[in-house]
Amino acid sequence: MTWVNVVTQGVLIGGFYALFACGLSLMFGVMKVINLAHGDMAVVAAYAAVFLAPKLHVSQLWSFLVIVPLFALVGYLVQRTLFQRAIDRDPFTTLLVTFGLSVVIENLLLEIYSANGQSVSIGALIAKSWQVNSVIYVSYVSLVVLAVAVAVLAVLQLFLSKTGSGRLIRAVSDDHEAAQLCGANYKHVFGIAAAIAFATVALAGIAYGMTTEFMPTSGGINLLYAFEAVVIGGLGSLWGTLAGGVGIGVAQEIGAHINPAYQILAGNLLFLAVLAVRPRGLFGKRTSLNE
Amino acid sequence: MSEVTSSLESLHVRRSTFSPLFTLAGALVITAFFTAAPWILAASWVSILSNFFILLIMATMWNLLAGYAGMVSIGQQGFVGLGAYATLYFAIKGMNPFAAIPFAIVTCAVLALPITYLLFRLRGGYFAVATWVVADSAMLIILSIALLGGGTGSYLPGLSSLSPTQLDHDTYLATWFVALAVVVATYLILRSRLGLVLSSLRDNETASRSAGAKVTATRRLIYVIAAAGCGAAGSVLAISQPFVQPGNAFNLNWAAEMLFVTMVGGLGTIEGPILGCVIFFVLQQTLQNYGAWYLIIFGSLAVAVALWQPRGLWGALRQKTHLELLPVGYRVRRSDGVETTSS
Repeated sequence: MTWVNVVTQGVLIGGFYALFACGLSLMFGVMKVINLAHGDMAVVAAYAAVFLAPKLHVSQLWSFLVIVPLFALVGYLVQRTLFQRAIDRDPFTTLLVTFGLSVVIENLLLEIYSANGQSVSIGALIAKSWQVNSVIYVSYVSLVVLAVAVAVLAVLQLFLSKTGSGRLIRAVSDDHEAAQLCGANYKHVFGIAAAIAFATVALAGIAYGMTTEFMPTSGGINLLYAFEAVVIGGLGSLWGTLAGGVGIGVAQEIGAHINPAYQILAGNLLFLAVLAVRPRGLFGKRTSLNE
Repeated sequence: MSEVTSSLESLHVRRSTFSPLFTLAGALVITAFFTAAPWILAASWVSILSNFFILLIMATMWNLLAGYAGMVSIGQQGFVGLGAYATLYFAIKGMNPFAAIPFAIVTCAVLALPITYLLFRLRGGYFAVATWVVADSAMLIILSIALLGGGTGSYLPGLSSLSPTQLDHDTYLATWFVALAVVVATYLILRSRLGLVLSSLRDNETASRSAGAKVTATRRLIYVIAAAGCGAAGSVLAISQPFVQPGNAFNLNWAAEMLFVTMVGGLGTIEGPILGCVIFFVLQQTLQNYGAWYLIIFGSLAVAVALWQPRGLWGALRQKTHLELLPVGYRVRRSDGVETTSS
C-alpha cells in the first residue's frame, strides 16, 4: 500500500509539472523558442500573487483571476518586442536572450524580496485532505492543481484542433512563411501563442506558491522538471507532456521513498534514460528534435 | 575565374595586419608582467586577478564551444564542479592539490566523452537544457558522497604547509598559467586544420558536411576540450577558495558569467572573452557594495549585445578598425590593393 501511495503522490505532482510544462511545449511548438526564463516567470507570478494581489484588494487565493490575464498581456508584449527581435536573428540568439533574462529576473527578485522563502497563503485549505485509507492522503490543493492541469491541457488541445485561431496557430507553427503568404500575420499569431503560454505559466507559478515555499532561485529547477516532462512526453504532444510530467513525478516520489536525497536525481535519470533509449519521447514525431 | 587564376601570383596572403613579431613581443611582455605580478602588485590586486583568470578560462572555453562549434551549453558549471571535486578527491588521497590539477583536467575530459553520446542526440535549445540536467545530476551525485563532504563541503587538504602569502602567490600563479595555457591552446586550435573545420561548420554546416568535414567528431572533440578547460578552472577555483562546496562549485552563476562575458566581449573572437572579463571585473569591483546588481546590469548588457551587436564589443571594434591582436583567419590582398579577410 505504501507503493500505491508513492505512485499516487507522484501522479499528483506530475499534474503540476505538466501544467508548468505546457507553456514551454507550446512556445517551442509554435515559435521554436525554448524560453529559458520560463521557470523564473512562474516565480514572478507567485511573487505577484503574494505582493501585488493584496494591493489590488484581491485575496491571494483568488489572485490568479488578476495575474493570469495580466501575464497573458505581458506575454504578448514580450513576444512582439524582445522575443520577436531575437527570433528574427537566429535560434542561438533566442537562447542567449532568454537565458540572460532568466538570470536578470532571478537576481532582481533576490534584490527586491531577499532570499527568504515565501508562500501564497490560501488559508485553512492548505491543511485539508481526503483520506483514502490509513496510508493514502490526497491533499485538496494537489488534487485541484492536477484537475486544473488536465483541464488546461484539454482546453488547449481542443482550442488548437477545433477552432479557427487554433488552426491558424498550427498553420504558423508548421510553416510561418507559407502561412504569411496565405494572409496570416504570423507575428501576431506568435504573440497569441506567447500570451497563452504566459497565462499557463502564471497559473503554474501561483499553484506552485500554494503548495510549496518558493524563493527567487526556484525558477531554474522548475524549468528543468518542465523541460524533462516535455522531452519524455515527446515534443509537440500536449498529452505526451502530461504523461511526461506524471513520469517525472512518479520517478521522483519513488526516488524519494528509497532515499530523500535521490528525489530529483531519479527524475533526471529517467530523463537521461529516455534520451538514451527513445530520444523523440513517448509520443513525439520522429524529426522533431532537429530544430 | 580566369582572371583570378592569372593573377594568382600577385595575391598576397597573410594572417596579420602588422608584423607577427609585434604580437610575439607583446605576448612576451604581458607574460612577463603577469608572471611577476605577485611581487609587483598589492595582495588585494593579486586575489582579484586570480578570480579574473578563473573566469577567463571558463569564458574562453565557452567561446570555443558556442562561438566556434555552435553548441550553446548552460551546463559547463557541471565541469567546473567536477574539476573542483576531482581536485578535492586527489588531495584527500594525499596528492598535492597543485599536482592534482592535470589529473582533475583528465578526469573531466574522460567523464565528458560518454556524456556527449547522450547530449548529441539533442540540438539547439534542447541540447542547452540537457547540459544543465547533466550538471544538476552530477551535483546531486557528488552531494551523496560522504567522503567528499556531502552537502556541506570540505576543506581542501594538503595546503596547510604553505604560509598564507605563499599560498596566495602559488594560487595566483596556478590560475595565471592555466589561463595562459587555455588561451594559447585555443589560439593554436583555431589556427590549425581543426580551426578551419570549425569555421566552415559555423558558417554553413550542410556545406561543411558535404565537403567531407567530420562534423560530429569535431564537435565531440571540442566538447571534451571545453569540459577539460572548465575542469581546470574548477580545479584552480578549489585551490583558491580553498573550500569545496557543492552549491558554489556547481553554481549556475558560473554558466551565466561565462556566457555574459563572452557575449559582451565578442562571441567567436579570441580577444572577446578577454575584453568581456575586463569589463565584468571593472563593473563587479565598482558595484561590490550593491549585492547582485552587477550581475543584473551585466546580464541586461549581454541581452542587449546579443540583440543589437551579436559580434560583441570586440567585433564592433574590429569592424571599425580592422585591428586583430590574435589573428586566426587569413587576409588576401590583390596587387591593386583590394583586401578580403576571413575570420
